Amino acid sequence: MKRLMKSAALAVSVSLFATTAFAENIRLTGSGASFPAPIYLTWFKDFSKNTAGVTVDYQSKGSGAGVQDFLNKTVDFAASDSAMKDEEIAKVGEGVQLLPMTAGEIVLAYNLPGNPKGLKLPRDVYSDIFLGKITQWNDPKIVAANPDLKLPATPITVVVRADSSGTTAVFTKHLSAINPAFKEALGEGNTVNWPATDKFIKSPKNDGITATVRQTPGAIGYIEYGFAKLAKVDFAALQNKAGQYVVPNAESGAEALAAVKMPENLVAWLPDPDGAKSYPITSYTWMIFRKDNGNPAKAKAMRDMIEYSLTEGQKIADSMGYIPLPPSVVEQVRKASANIQ
Amino acid sequence: MYRKQSMNTPFDIPDNPDSACRPPSAKDFLVDRIFRGLARIGVALILALVLALIFEIGRKALPGMEKHGLDVLFGTVWDVNQGKYGILPAIWGTLYSAFIALLIAGFFGVSMAIFLTQDFLPAKLAAVFRTIVELLAAIPSVVYGLWGIYVVIPAIRPLTAWLNSELGWIPFFGTSLSGPGLLPAALVLAIMILPTVAAVSQDALASVPMKTKQAAYGLGTTHWEAILKVMVPSAATGIFGSLVLGLGRALGETMALAMLVGNANTLSVSLFAPANTLAALLALNFPEAGPNEVEVLMYAALVLMFITLLVNVLGSLLMLYAQRGNK
Amino acid sequence: MTDLSQPVTALPSLQRRFEGRALRSLVLTSLAWIIAIVASVPLISVLYMLITKGGARLSLEVFTELPPTGFEMGGGFGNAMAGTFVMVGIAAAIAVPVGILAAVFLAELGPDSKLANAARFAAKMLTGLPSILAGVFAYALVVMTTGTYSAPAGGVALAVLMLPIVVLTAEEAMKMVPKIMKDAAYGMGCTRAQVIMKIILPTGLPAILTGVMLAVARAAGETAPLLFTALFSNYWIYHEGSLAVMNPTASLAVLIYNFSGMPFDNQLELAWAASLVLVIIVLLVNIVSRIFGKPKY
Repeated sequence: MKRLMKSAALAVSVSLFATTAFAENIRLTGSGASFPAPIYLTWFKDFSKNTAGVTVDYQSKGSGAGVQDFLNKTVDFAASDSAMKDEEIAKVGEGVQLLPMTAGEIVLAYNLPGNPKGLKLPRDVYSDIFLGKITQWNDPKIVAANPDLKLPATPITVVVRADSSGTTAVFTKHLSAINPAFKEALGEGNTVNWPATDKFIKSPKNDGITATVRQTPGAIGYIEYGFAKLAKVDFAALQNKAGQYVVPNAESGAEALAAVKMPENLVAWLPDPDGAKSYPITSYTWMIFRKDNGNPAKAKAMRDMIEYSLTEGQKIADSMGYIPLPPSVVEQVRKASANIQ
Repeated sequence: MYRKQSMNTPFDIPDNPDSACRPPSAKDFLVDRIFRGLARIGVALILALVLALIFEIGRKALPGMEKHGLDVLFGTVWDVNQGKYGILPAIWGTLYSAFIALLIAGFFGVSMAIFLTQDFLPAKLAAVFRTIVELLAAIPSVVYGLWGIYVVIPAIRPLTAWLNSELGWIPFFGTSLSGPGLLPAALVLAIMILPTVAAVSQDALASVPMKTKQAAYGLGTTHWEAILKVMVPSAATGIFGSLVLGLGRALGETMALAMLVGNANTLSVSLFAPANTLAALLALNFPEAGPNEVEVLMYAALVLMFITLLVNVLGSLLMLYAQRGNK
Repeated sequence: MTDLSQPVTALPSLQRRFEGRALRSLVLTSLAWIIAIVASVPLISVLYMLITKGGARLSLEVFTELPPTGFEMGGGFGNAMAGTFVMVGIAAAIAVPVGILAAVFLAELGPDSKLANAARFAAKMLTGLPSILAGVFAYALVVMTTGTYSAPAGGVALAVLMLPIVVLTAEEAMKMVPKIMKDAAYGMGCTRAQVIMKIILPTGLPAILTGVMLAVARAAGETAPLLFTALFSNYWIYHEGSLAVMNPTASLAVLIYNFSGMPFDNQLELAWAASLVLVIIVLLVNIVSRIFGKPKY
């Protein structure tokens, strides 16, 4: 009753237009990462359909924007591929619960005339492309790794993220781990200072990079595997730590996830996973909740949503281009979700 | 209630209590006062809105201005991690794209205005062309953006590739177009401001007195001599005003540019290089900005507001001057 | 080259000069035609793309369904249309009364007062305000204070953009009411309020409506102010029996922006269809306002 009065008072004070109070219908709003957005949106739509009185609305804006919304308290939960920085967590008085909900692989999508499949990129080559050091598709180093492909003498257009992005954070973390020059020049983070040349263009969100790569002959960009698969763009096989060329798929991703143990705080990074079959750029992605929501009904709706994602949700992960969480991690997440009150 | 007055009137006054044909009652005076008060409040609200806009944005920009000073205006690096915020490339891109758009739209807009006002076409056909140009203004910016991505960029790619390979030594063609870039953005921008330039120039030409034109013909000029040597100079201030107003629109345009300009923080004179503009910077970075970045973005918003305000004030003054000149 | 067989006229140089002038006139006239035709190309191209690409996807379904999530097929933008109507409605509810009252003052009550001059100047500056700044303003004013993205926040941002159009066009409309009509009313002893309510507003109504319609058309197409005020939503604003006003709200313009950047054909087709619908709405409003706006006196 108190909650109802509170919300009614809020509605009246907040706006003349809010004539109807939202008594029994709970709407959870979230925003953030575009990397897992397709699978999250599918989960939330199904969950909302199957759960009376609860609607989950998620907006894909980029991880940085999601965390910022969360800090500004304009959303109920957020999603981020780069988890959350300690100093950001410290700003939230209610406490923060990070939960890994799925995992994915970052692929290098490319657009070349004649759509040659099966491009292979060695570790030093793809890091140098994003460093702006390799600028032509027929660079001797690329040709050496791909003797069977006919590579054109066109410049490489590198498509990077315009927004603050967890995908960028994961990708640059990996590049910094494998290439000291990259670490020195650009470092890692949601946004980095990409080389200022006219061959680096910026696009918002995973969607934007995929669309720009598709539109631009000679382009390369980093996106989540599912986007590349569904948008039917070509992607490269990358050389992993063991020196093997690996294509992204559920097996190579699961192999990479198995290489790391999930710690107590549920934040694990795989900047350069071991294992001959591991895909080199694999990462968990997190949902971010407040521990104290001051609203038991909302908190329960959140826990229900998490439970649905952990059970029904994981079943569709593979088909959408994501990696299902390992069973041990599912158990850890389920336990931790009890902290959301 | 209407009361029959002692006044003898020859007119047939309707016996209608709502009629205005009666001396106002005390209630009417009260209504009058309230109404006038409301109107005054309405006017005050406009002023309050402008002040609130400046105050709200200025207040949020102040910490950024104190912290970074002029470094923001002249810095070329935008790196949130290192706390480096420079908007010079965005300012450059805003001005450069707007001026190129103005060059194109100015040429086409003024030509169209001459074509439509100087008796080249039967009135009905002129109206058709006029409507076509006016309808350009009705299409939303975001639709132009979509059209630009899927029509303009593929259409100009072969031409830009040729210009780059053949005339690459000219700085304007110094790089090849990868996709989004300054030229497609400026082209779409030109289309968007064309209606403003054309409409205002038409007004300026139409307001040149008929006598002036007839006097020119009387001196034995050809149609075009009359136009170029008499009509256009007479309407020059108004035409110039139309260009300035078009520039004002181009500077503040957001969505189409955010979708087409490439959002790269580079300083380049090449038409084919990706660039950035202040409005696009705001649209893309504002949603994710932390407190430190918001201060700088508000600073950038203030810079944008200042530039557009300056240009619009100039345009309005020119129009005012042109109107006086014709009286 | 001169033709020697022709008889030499008295003033050959003058005649040649005259021919040059006529030729230049002809060239310039052809050029003017070419320019006019080139200038018509963009509109025709835009409409062609909208009709072929957008028209192909148009069906009843797109008006009733929710936007597709991620990799889903089908779907529509019914909720975005509803959201656009709601937010433009909120904006009009704010901007039209304030705008008309202000215009009354500018046109009738104190046209030359300092207050009026300042307000007129302010309104002119507002018409040139970059729309993104209206969004920044509404974000700071409404989103930050209410703590949520919402339809009213979007409505406030749009109202900022509508207000100057309504004020300036309504002022012009009221000024066009013939002075003799006003004088006749004043002569009969009407109060100013009576003159305004019974003479000026009814007479100027068609032109005032034109201004309102133009403002509505502009607001319906705006994207930038909604990006961080209303955001977007994948659900209807009226959902499961309650009106979700204080929640993120979908709009056609933001849907087009979001989907135009997507690599999936389904979403791209919907972006074109939504563009077609948006342009039809905007053009209809424009055309209706033109019909209304024809001066009848």
